[in-house]
Amino acid sequence: MSYILGVDVGGTFTDLLLINETNGETHRAKVPSTPSDPSIGVLEGISKICDRAGISQADLSHVMHGTTVATNAVLEGKGAKVGLIVTQGYRQILQIARSFVPGGLAGWIVWPKPTPLALLENTVEAKERISAKGEVIEELDEPAMIESLKYLAGQDVKALTISLINSFTNDSHERRIAELAASVMGEIPISLSSKILPEIKEYERTLTTVANSYVRPTAAKYLKNLEDELTKIAPSARLHILRSDGGLMGVETASSAPVNMLMSGPAGGVSGALWLARQSGYKNLLTLDMGGTSTDVALVQDGEPRIGRETTVGDLTIRASSVDVRTVGAGGGSIAHVPELTKALRVGPQSAGAVPGPAAYGKGGLEPTVTDANAVLGYLPVGLLDGEMELDYEASQTAVAGVAQALDLDIYKAASGIVDIVNENMFGALRLVSVQQGYDPREFALVAFGGAGPLHANALGRLMGSWPVIIPPSPGVLCAYGDATTRLRSESSRTYIRRFSSTSDREIEKLLGELHQEASTELLGEGVSADLQEVTYSVDVRYHGQGFEVTIGLSSNEVSGAILEIIGDRFAKEHERLFTFALDTECELVHLRAVVQGEHPKVSAEMIAQADSDASSAVISTREIYVDGAMASASIYDRRKLRANNVINGPAIVTEMDSTTLILPGHAGKLDTFGNLIINPISAN
Amino acid sequence: MARIIETNTDGFKSVDVDLVTVDIIENALRNARYEMDAVLFRTAMSPGIREQHDEFPLIADHKGRMVVGQFGSFIGGFLDNYAGDIEEGDVFLTSDPYSCDGAISHANDWLVLMPIFLDGRVVGWSAMFGHMTDVGGKVPGSLPTDAHSIHEEGVVIPPIKIYNKGQLNTELLDLILNQVRMKQWNRSDLNAIVAACRTAGRRVVELCQRFGTDIYISTLEALLDRNYRAMSQLIQNTISTEKLSFTDYIDDDGLGNGPYKIHCTMWREGDHVVLDFEGTDPQSIGPINFFLNVNMFKMFFGIYMIMVFDPQILWNDGFYPLVEVRIPNRSLLKPEYPAALSCRTHGLGRIFDVLGGLLGQRQPEFLCAAGFSSSPHLMYSGTDRNGEWFQLYQIGFGGIPGRPFGDGPDGHSLWPSFTNVPNEFLEAYFPLVIESYETVPDSGGAGFFRGGNGIDIAYRFLEPGTISIHDDRWLTYPWGVNGGEPGMRSTKYLIRSNGSKEILPSKCDNVDVNVNDVLHYVTWGGGGWGDPLIRDPELVALELKRGLITVAGARNYGVVLNQDFSLDEDATAELRSQLLKSRPGLEVFNRGGEIVDLKERCEAETGLIAPIDPVFT
Repeated sequence: MSYILGVDVGGTFTDLLLINETNGETHRAKVPSTPSDPSIGVLEGISKICDRAGISQADLSHVMHGTTVATNAVLEGKGAKVGLIVTQGYRQILQIARSFVPGGLAGWIVWPKPTPLALLENTVEAKERISAKGEVIEELDEPAMIESLKYLAGQDVKALTISLINSFTNDSHERRIAELAASVMGEIPISLSSKILPEIKEYERTLTTVANSYVRPTAAKYLKNLEDELTKIAPSARLHILRSDGGLMGVETASSAPVNMLMSGPAGGVSGALWLARQSGYKNLLTLDMGGTSTDVALVQDGEPRIGRETTVGDLTIRASSVDVRTVGAGGGSIAHVPELTKALRVGPQSAGAVPGPAAYGKGGLEPTVTDANAVLGYLPVGLLDGEMELDYEASQTAVAGVAQALDLDIYKAASGIVDIVNENMFGALRLVSVQQGYDPREFALVAFGGAGPLHANALGRLMGSWPVIIPPSPGVLCAYGDATTRLRSESSRTYIRRFSSTSDREIEKLLGELHQEASTELLGEGVSADLQEVTYSVDVRYHGQGFEVTIGLSSNEVSGAILEIIGDRFAKEHERLFTFALDTECELVHLRAVVQGEHPKVSAEMIAQADSDASSAVISTREIYVDGAMASASIYDRRKLRANNVINGPAIVTEMDSTTLILPGHAGKLDTFGNLIINPISAN
Repeated sequence: MARIIETNTDGFKSVDVDLVTVDIIENALRNARYEMDAVLFRTAMSPGIREQHDEFPLIADHKGRMVVGQFGSFIGGFLDNYAGDIEEGDVFLTSDPYSCDGAISHANDWLVLMPIFLDGRVVGWSAMFGHMTDVGGKVPGSLPTDAHSIHEEGVVIPPIKIYNKGQLNTELLDLILNQVRMKQWNRSDLNAIVAACRTAGRRVVELCQRFGTDIYISTLEALLDRNYRAMSQLIQNTISTEKLSFTDYIDDDGLGNGPYKIHCTMWREGDHVVLDFEGTDPQSIGPINFFLNVNMFKMFFGIYMIMVFDPQILWNDGFYPLVEVRIPNRSLLKPEYPAALSCRTHGLGRIFDVLGGLLGQRQPEFLCAAGFSSSPHLMYSGTDRNGEWFQLYQIGFGGIPGRPFGDGPDGHSLWPSFTNVPNEFLEAYFPLVIESYETVPDSGGAGFFRGGNGIDIAYRFLEPGTISIHDDRWLTYPWGVNGGEPGMRSTKYLIRSNGSKEILPSKCDNVDVNVNDVLHYVTWGGGGWGDPLIRDPELVALELKRGLITVAGARNYGVVLNQDFSLDEDATAELRSQLLKSRPGLEVFNRGGEIVDLKERCEAETGLIAPIDPVFT
């Protein structure tokens, strides 16, 4: 018997999902996360879940792991001291950045400029030069380079980035410097820009590679510890790490290119939501993951999450493929305030965070947050964590009363104003991934998870016209579902800037073939034989002269045909969909890419017991809540007691361990076979 | 006076709107504005717009008052001046500053505006203007430094319907494009601007449909009123009835005359503020005239006033009645047709220094040093060895001034959303190599908060061609404040392939360059803020290590370092006390000397002959 294990390490809990590969039977477990060394929590969780399932840890065949260890290093500013080597004349590349100052006109007056990830005192120049066409204009001055490397060694840097101008066209100098560095500096992780991101634009390439170095020692150490420990208890288990683009990669790849796992957390959520919604027959989804400080949204079309070319973590935006997740600073902890001057109601972007947290948490928070507004409105009847965490309702009232007074509104109107505005902020993010990309949100279902998502989901479904709204079971272990049900993935890409007229179908076919080989080799190394690999291609295209590209997908059987014609047609359609017009200007290729994926694990979802529509046996109590501008009587349901086919009419509240769902008046939620709560407007039922 | 043809003549009903709806619509309008930018950047072709973002969007209410944007509305002026009918599907284009009260201030800016119709009524307007790399005329880039009239500055498009009821007027467009050097760029940039305006139109219609048109229109009134009330309070609380003045300069006009004076006086009269440019020099015979749109200046003023108090507010025209702007006729800021206007960028930049200097005199939270760099331009064009025409227009950036909240960033842009062009991109598309791209140590003025450093870009040219340069602040200094030192001035020079050095004027055209000539394009630094002698000496030592200042520069802070660049505390304390005793008292503004002295030292210090005082007739 063999078992697949999905493990997701969150800020508070480590969630685990164990799946029996033979019969699809699942087990779940939740243990506290151990932030100082997350692998401790992971190992405890493994032991707990195996005990619970009554299996030996040695029966684990695959451990699939989503981790925010790299993300947290960035967010907390606790990455490694990075040494950076650039071409002469470019030492201040990160200092100058793109010269961009956010905040609009006069924004410069108040903008605090972040410190570069590689400090200037740890940045040295290489005497060398490669041209835009890849010719060597000036040979590398090796003796001078060796002196500079000695200086960096003296600076005690822990990771090294080499990023030279035009290295995406010719990587020879970067490789040579890496050799020199290895001999001068000994054991130090070296990241080459020509490897991490072989694409034009020196700042973005350098920043991305520096970010890789910045998180690399932390990520590599963590992964090595985990793998070592895992080998002791489950010698035959393979450890795979969730990539930002929702695929899995091996430990070696993850350790050398951890920049590809910065969005591991959100990618797990989207993958999990997709997998669960798919069981119920939904393949076009908008996902909404609302936590304490921020909300992540993404779009899934026809079962495939949209993959973006950028990854944003905190202040840092780098070029690395990831599930196209947009984040807004709107969460349960977002603080509502009324600026004296304008008397407007603002919610966020400041957040009460975990400490002191919302006033309701009784940890000293005094400012009114979204959670407090929900508490005042009566949407959080039993506290949090299954009642383990009591809420201080009086503190919420007091906090929200401050805003109400400033606005001259009663407390309920003020509280629902706060909720409406935070919903509007999330609505803006959902529009970014749908309407603004040319998708009609009415053709998508909305899947909500995260601690606060299910509270706001019904309202957002109504704003978007996205039905049904789906609340998956145990929204908290969704990421672990994602980890356990996704597949291995490897991507190879290169910059190839050519007008259509200066290349040919066969040339493109040849290059894509090479990229396929590269990506395939990595998966072979992970034990996925060639016949089980699936390859797809994508190319970035623009009209000659444009600066942004549109990504066009190609299937494996299209590359042997008239590729350029196919690309051109698809590009024109896509351009028209995105921007309302197409041009008769010549097209230009910018990047080519091959993506190779392994098989999906064969896992079936767990079903819940069947019953009829009567949900009354799950009612805990009834209470008055303020909803849609009036007080109304709402039933409170215990989700664990709900059965398939049960129907809940709004206004109602469904509570469970890690989340609370609000069903609005005029809407009804129905449990399906897989435990998904499916909410629709009553007229549509 | 334009006539708007509406098939539905029902007026809008004024309705009560709850506050939350107001905030939600405000937020939605902000999103729509950013979406306009996104559509434009992704589809435009000229590097000036798509990489550097030289463009400005706007959404207005049905009366043409701006409800979101940054440059104030010009739609009222347009409606007053346009003589034809306006119908659903019409899209207007103009590049004539004289036909829109200076809403755009030179012919390179193409302004598109369109009415937004719903159910046969105008419910709003969207508009956007962007800088075209070339609009024809006597020099590539269309900013001739020696122009004496606007007729030398390329094609000037009066307000016309480029789309008539949804139909593109192709012959008219062809006529216009036939005048310019980079047709394809103009065509697609125009396309992109129209697409952005239409996107805004769709969003406004969606908002009307979501909330109801009456609620939408009434909400805009509430938003305009919110700006009015906020500004009213600010004016009452922070602006005195006592007159305050500030003067700054444009160094020269490209024809050897200068500096030109911009002078502004501000005071409060009852509930409104007066900004009077009396004392500003008369218009120039050259192209540095800056036709300043009154509403635009009100907007700049408003944004500077409110920024600190509620950065999330959406700027709109609501407060306009509270601000009165007086600009003398035939002055540098209100030139008379057909005065040349193309090189107005220096005046536009300097207006922000004047505004900062004016507002800051009474409120330290506003007082920043100078450095609102104009956006210095470089043009490089020619025909390459394959016979293909190439033409580069690039905007440079300098040092952000020292600010009450911290150091000014090095080599950054003060213009909203502007970015530099990736050098690899330039090398891939133009025959040049960027040999270095560094900030200049010590170029930021010393201060408790240091001014940002300017940038030195070294371009090695790989094809023969000509270059044009547009910059300023090569004679007058970016001033420091509250004891801060001025920043370094700008300079431009060529190192010819034979090794000889040639200093170039700050404004020049038709400079021939040859293969392997290297141009050093050095922008200016920002002024410093506050007393440099009390800046954290450890920070000074660190910045020396980082190469942002030099050993000599550290002495401006009274800081002495050891051989290994660590701080010599004793020597520092001694030097600081010595400097404290010997220096004169700190002034609020440090301009680095009087104009007369600067002129006298000009040739020795800059290698360029001092401009002569302009003579006005």
